[in-house]
Amino acid sequence: MRYAVQRLIQAIPVFVITTFLIYTMVFALPGDPILALAGDKPVPEQVLNVMREHYHLNDPLLVQYGYYMLGVFQGNLGETFTGQSVSELLGDRWAVTAQLAVTAWIFELVVGIGLGIVAGLRRGGIADTAVLAGTTFIIAVPVFVFGYTAQILLGLNLGLFPTAGTDEGWPGSYLLPGMVLGSFGLAYVARLTRTSLVENLRADYVRTATAKGLRRHRIVGLHALRNSLIPVVTYLGIDFGNLMAGAVVTEGIFNLPGIGQQVFQSIQLQEGPVVVGVVTLLVMIFIVANLVVDLLYGVLDPRIRRA
Amino acid sequence: MTLSRRRTAALAVAAVILGGVSGCGGSGGGQDKQGGDAQGPSVFSVALTEPDHLTPGNTSSSYSIAVLDAIFDTPVYIDADGKPQMRAAESVTSDDQKVWTIKIKQGQKFSNGEPVTAESFADAWNATAYGPNGWTNNYYFENVEGYDALNPEKGEPTTDKMSGLKVVDPNTLEVTLTGPFSQFPITLAYVAFVPMPKAAFNDLKAYDQAPIGNGPFMLDGAWEHNQKIAVKKSAEYAGDRKAQSDGVEFKIYASRDTAYTDLRAGKVDLLTTIPPASAPEAQRLLGDRYVATAGGTMDYLGFPMFDKRFANADLHKAISMAIDRQAIVEAVYNGTFKPMASLVAPLVPGYRENACGETCTYDPAKAKQLFDQAGGFSGTLNLYFSNADPSYEQWMTAVANQLKQNLGIQDIKFRKIPASDYLTTLREHKEDGPYRQNWVMDYPSPQNYLEFMWGNNNKMGWENKEFNDLIKQANEAPSIEASLPLYQKAEDIALAEMPLIPLWNWQDQSGYSSRLGDVQLTPYSNNLQTITVKNK
Repeated sequence: MRYAVQRLIQAIPVFVITTFLIYTMVFALPGDPILALAGDKPVPEQVLNVMREHYHLNDPLLVQYGYYMLGVFQGNLGETFTGQSVSELLGDRWAVTAQLAVTAWIFELVVGIGLGIVAGLRRGGIADTAVLAGTTFIIAVPVFVFGYTAQILLGLNLGLFPTAGTDEGWPGSYLLPGMVLGSFGLAYVARLTRTSLVENLRADYVRTATAKGLRRHRIVGLHALRNSLIPVVTYLGIDFGNLMAGAVVTEGIFNLPGIGQQVFQSIQLQEGPVVVGVVTLLVMIFIVANLVVDLLYGVLDPRIRRA
Repeated sequence: MTLSRRRTAALAVAAVILGGVSGCGGSGGGQDKQGGDAQGPSVFSVALTEPDHLTPGNTSSSYSIAVLDAIFDTPVYIDADGKPQMRAAESVTSDDQKVWTIKIKQGQKFSNGEPVTAESFADAWNATAYGPNGWTNNYYFENVEGYDALNPEKGEPTTDKMSGLKVVDPNTLEVTLTGPFSQFPITLAYVAFVPMPKAAFNDLKAYDQAPIGNGPFMLDGAWEHNQKIAVKKSAEYAGDRKAQSDGVEFKIYASRDTAYTDLRAGKVDLLTTIPPASAPEAQRLLGDRYVATAGGTMDYLGFPMFDKRFANADLHKAISMAIDRQAIVEAVYNGTFKPMASLVAPLVPGYRENACGETCTYDPAKAKQLFDQAGGFSGTLNLYFSNADPSYEQWMTAVANQLKQNLGIQDIKFRKIPASDYLTTLREHKEDGPYRQNWVMDYPSPQNYLEFMWGNNNKMGWENKEFNDLIKQANEAPSIEASLPLYQKAEDIALAEMPLIPLWNWQDQSGYSSRLGDVQLTPYSNNLQTITVKNK
C-alpha cells in the first residue's frame, strides 16, 4: 500500500514536466495557427488580434503555460479554436477510445495467451508452426492495410460487422476495430507466451513436479503457466497505454470519434491545450498501468512481493 | 464511459416511443409534437466532416455551409446556370451600384416563430462585421460604409452598428457601400448574408451550437460533436423551398474513404465528397446515382515575382507550356479534374474556355524556345506545396519531371511545408520558387477570383495598374452583364504576364443510395429540401 502511494506521488513531477515539455513542443511548431485557420481568405487585423488575445498567442511561452496551468488548477482545461471546452471534448472522446482499447486489450489477452499456450504445449507441431507464421504475417502488415482490408472484407462484403461509426454501441461497433487495433499486440502476446512457456516446461521444477506424479494440467496450469506469464503481463500492462495512444489510424479508418483522431487534428491546428490535455492523461494512464503491472508481479511471484 | 451509451440508449427508447421521430436530443426537451406517424418519418443521412462553427457569420467551411444551407435562406441564391435569383429577398436594386435597396419577402419566419425582418438582416451583418467578435466572415462587409468604425486599427470600436445599414421599414433594408459594386447581388447568395433572430443575441455561444434559421429545416436536438447533426422540417417555414422529407441526419466522418465505404454499405444515403481515387469504381457501382459536378475550385502555380529570377513573363509561359496538364489530372486525379486555360472556373459567368490560348497548351518545343529566350534558369528550382493532401506532392513530382525533361532544368528540389505554415510562408514572401496556389470560390463572379488573387497585396508581389483600373471599372459597371467584358479584359492582362498560371478545375463527385429520389445537386447547393425518401 505504501508502495502504491509512493509511486503515485512520484507522478506529480512527471505530470508537471510532461505538460511543460508538450506545451513547448506545440509552441515550437512553425506557423501561425490563427492565420492557418482562415485559409486563403483575407483576415482583418482586428479579427486576428481578438483571436490571438483570446488564446494568449501573443504572450511568451512561459506566460502562455502559466495561463494554462492556472486554468488546470481551476478545473478548466482551456478551449479549442472553435470554442469547444477541452474537458467536455475529451470527456466524450475518452469514452470511445477507452471502449476501443478495452476491446482490443481483451482480444489480445484472451486470444493471444490462448494461441501462445496451444503453440507452446505442442512445440514444433502444426499448431505451433501456424501460430508462428500467422503472427509473423500480422506483425509485418501495416495496420492501415489490415484495417481497410478487414473493413471491406468483413464489414462491407460479408456484412459480419458494421463498416464504421459507433451507431451500434459497445461491443458491436467496437469488435472489428478492436481486433484490428489489437492484432499487433496479439501477435506479440502469443509469441511471448509461447517462448516463455516452452522455456518453463524445460525447467527443473517442472521435471520435479512430473517426477512427483502431478497431473499434466496441474503442472502446466499452476506452475509453468503462472511463471511464464510474468513477461506477458509486463507487456500487456504497457500495451494498454499503447492501445490508447496508438488508435489514431484505427479510429480514422472506422470513424470512431476518439482521442487519436482528436490529437491528430489538434496537432495540425496547433491547439496546445488539447494536445497537452490528451497527452498528459496518456502519461497518467502509463503510470497507473505500470503500477498495476508491478503490483501484479507480486501476485504471480511471491518472491517479488517480499523483496 | 457508460454515460454516453446510456444516453444513446435512452434516446433510442425515446425515439421508439415517439414513433421514430426523435427530437429531444441531449437536453431532454420533448418539444416534438409530431409523434404517432403511422408510416414512420422519412429521414435520410448525409455524410459530413465536422464543421468548425454553425454561426453563419463565423464560418467559411464548406462543411458548415452544407448544414447552414439547409437551415437558412440566403437573400439571393444562385441557380444551376450561375445566375442570381431572389430567395429571402423580394428584390435587390440600385441606381448607382453604391446604394442598394433590399426588399425582404413578407410573412417569413424563423423556426422559433420570430418574424424575419430587415432588422434581422442588419443585426446579423453588424455582428459579423463587429471586430471584437472575431468572426471569420468579417471581411465580407469591408465595403459597407461604416465598417471601419467597427474595426479600428487600435482600441475598442465606439459603435457596433455600421452606418451604411439602414432599416427603412420592417421589409426594407438600405445598404450603402463605400464605392459602386456591381457584383453585390451575387455576394448576397453567400452564407455570411443570412439573417439572425433576436433570440440569437442573448447567448451567441449557445447559438453557435444550435443556430436558429429561416430555412426549410431546423436543428433537431444538440449538435453531437464528431458524431452527428440532426435537422428536421421546420413547421414555420413559408418560403418556396419546402422540405420534401421529414428530416436529415448529417453523419460526421473523419475520413472520406470511410464515408465512401459506408455509402457502399448503405449506411449513409448521400456523400458529396467521393475521393477521386474511388471515382471510377463509384461510377460503375452507382450508375446514374453517381453525379459529377464541376466545382468552383481552381489550382494554380504561382511565381514569386519579388524574386528577380522569376520576373520574366516568358519564363512563366515556358513553364506553363512545359506542363502536360491532361496527363497529370489523369494520373493523379483519375481524370476527374479538368485542365484549365482560364483564370476562372467554367461555372463562373464570363468564363472563356480558351482565354489563355496557346500559353496554356502543352507544347514542349515552343516551351523550350521561350525558356531559352528568357535566358534559361540557373540555380536550384524550389517547388513549394503543403502537406495537407498527398496528391499535391504527386502532381508536383510530375511537374518537376516535365520541367526536367522539357526545359532541361536539372536541379529541382521539393519544399514540402506543414499545412499550418504554408499560407504564412506565402504571405510573408518567404518562398523562392514556384508554389501551389488554390482558390475556393465564394460566389460565382470573376471578381471573386481576380480581385482576391491578382488584386492589391497579392501573394505573387505582382503589380499592374491597368489591371487594377479595369477591376475597379468593372466593379463600378452599371450591371453584372456590363461588368463581364471588363473583367475579361483584366483577365487577359493577368494572362499575358502569367504571375499565376492556371492548372486545373476541381470536380465534386457525389453518390447517393437507392432510397433517395429527386436529388438535385448544383455546385452551389445540395438542395436537400427537394430530396424524397422511398420505402422504409
